Amino acid sequence: MGGSKMDIKTSVESAKMSPTKLAVYAGIGVLVFLAPILFQGFGQLFLVRILAIVGLYVMLALGLNIVVGYAGLLDLGYIAFYGIGAYAGILGGQPLSQWLAATFPDQPWAPGLSYFIMIPIAAVAAAITGIMLGTPVLRLRGDYLAIVTLGFGEIVRIALNNNIFGLTNGAAGLPKAGEVVPKPFGLDWLTKVTYFRIPNLGDNGFTFTFTANVYWYYIIVLLCVFTIFVVRRLDDSRLGRSWTAMREDEVAAASMGVNITGAKLYAFSLGALWGGIAGTTFANFQGFVSPESFTFMESVFVVCVIVLGGMGSIPGAIVGALVIQGVPELIRGMASSGLLTALTGITVSAEAQSAISNYRYLVFGLLMVIMMAWRPQGILPSKRRARELRPEDEKALDETNQTLYDAQHDTAIPGEDL
Amino acid sequence: MLVVRDLRTSYGKIEALKGISITVNDGEIVTLIGANGAGKSTTLKTISGQLAPVAGSIEFNGENIAGMPAHKVTAKGIIQVPEGRRIFSRMTVLENLEMGAYLRDDKDGIAADLEHVFELFPRLKERISQKGGTLSGGEQQMLAMGRGLMANPKLLMLDEPSMGLAPVVVETIFEIIQKLNADGITVLLVEQNANLALSIADRGYVLETGEIKLEGTGKELLANDDVRKAYLGEG
Repeated sequence: MGGSKMDIKTSVESAKMSPTKLAVYAGIGVLVFLAPILFQGFGQLFLVRILAIVGLYVMLALGLNIVVGYAGLLDLGYIAFYGIGAYAGILGGQPLSQWLAATFPDQPWAPGLSYFIMIPIAAVAAAITGIMLGTPVLRLRGDYLAIVTLGFGEIVRIALNNNIFGLTNGAAGLPKAGEVVPKPFGLDWLTKVTYFRIPNLGDNGFTFTFTANVYWYYIIVLLCVFTIFVVRRLDDSRLGRSWTAMREDEVAAASMGVNITGAKLYAFSLGALWGGIAGTTFANFQGFVSPESFTFMESVFVVCVIVLGGMGSIPGAIVGALVIQGVPELIRGMASSGLLTALTGITVSAEAQSAISNYRYLVFGLLMVIMMAWRPQGILPSKRRARELRPEDEKALDETNQTLYDAQHDTAIPGEDL
Repeated sequence: MLVVRDLRTSYGKIEALKGISITVNDGEIVTLIGANGAGKSTTLKTISGQLAPVAGSIEFNGENIAGMPAHKVTAKGIIQVPEGRRIFSRMTVLENLEMGAYLRDDKDGIAADLEHVFELFPRLKERISQKGGTLSGGEQQMLAMGRGLMANPKLLMLDEPSMGLAPVVVETIFEIIQKLNADGITVLLVEQNANLALSIADRGYVLETGEIKLEGTGKELLANDDVRKAYLGEG
């Protein structure tokens, strides 16, 4: 019985990789590895930085994807977890690095470990906050849930802004004046050791120095790879199936034995976890955090990333992050570094540069409308979503069977029929 | 197998069940009949854990399951095939059936049950990779029942399986209910089509505005004058 032997996994995503697919992945891997070396070498430092930020957004998008794409719970306050991770990373990292310095005075590299130790701690802090958000909103769905999560995001931002518990230093951000975020483990050594120069390459020669940006770029890439690995496993798991079922019909899922409360809390906490990891990384990468980085618009951007890329799709999240976060930064960065002038001859004034970053809201809005009209499944949709949103059979079904049935039997609103 | 005592369930201030008691013995088909709003579906939903009772007890094989969350009731072997089918319309037929076996780990058992479901409902096998939502009403009912069977039920609760279906399809569905019962599955059946339900049931209960008005064997109720007048459209 060949047909019945296949299970959900194989019908969602074939586990076996074809040689072409493998070659594509290998090519992407090499590109990802070489990109910062090339950019750095040719003096375009800002590109490395932009890619690192895109990487952070990939992590955020993949985390939010768990909540929105897999479990179908619209969360408009996701950036709060990023903020909590960031503040936890700094608030915990500073005393930790001091303690490490005092405890291991002979090991000058020891304080640099604080960031790495803080990763799981910030992740757990964000996950716990996720459960704290998830518990009261268990019964909410759709618009109501979106509004409550939006409020949650704002509460967190305002609390940070109001110097909550005397910890967050208000709008001035962290670390406080005169304090610095400890340098991460290995950065000094890598900066000293890794240096090479090819004088005859390009206009100004090729000079590679290992900088902090390059360091964070590789850290973020590694974290992204880890995220992708975990998220893929989640999607294939029993928990992933329970999310899919819950997204479609909570009542039916519960009667199949899905623990709805558990599935929702898992979605909120596992989603928040990646926000926390990305947050603490962001804080250490920037060397500074302030509440300004965690506004509602940032939450919207993360939602845009996954909607644009394709809900529930991992490549979609990457492409979405590149478009939403990468392109505007790229234009702005190219303008301010003079690269745009060098390449195209166009000069962009300082005002126009700030206009670019402001007009992106307009462009994204337009982009979203266009996407919803023509490609609601996203640029690179997951196979499941593509199938779900295939319009032809869906429409036929909804209009003939379902509504006629509902009209006759008055069960139009699931869950509210007596 | 199932003993419900003095069960009361409310929607806010409205008392939908005013203390009903029913018993389902091993291997029986028991039916609940009654008009719209009599509390038939509410009874099933309270048993399956979708609604929490205000008072009363639900004993399943000696264990009180009243107020237990739905997923735990499912784990006990009480499977509800809900009103309006509620299949996962965006999943394929196969995925729907596999969702039915969500709580099970025995791969061989699942494969065997899948075969069994396809034997009972050959139509589902023909449409194995079609999206659930694209099936016809009758096929969706078959899928909902198949999905319930995949959970390996001890007690199968069917809520209005004939609803909105063509008479020919209804006949098939009821034949299969009898067949399942003959295979050892206990059935609690809620139906508006009282005639049909009573004709296959061992025993039945007549519900009226949240209370049990009558009970008896299927034959007795079919012969009862009040039932004939009120629910069978005679007299």
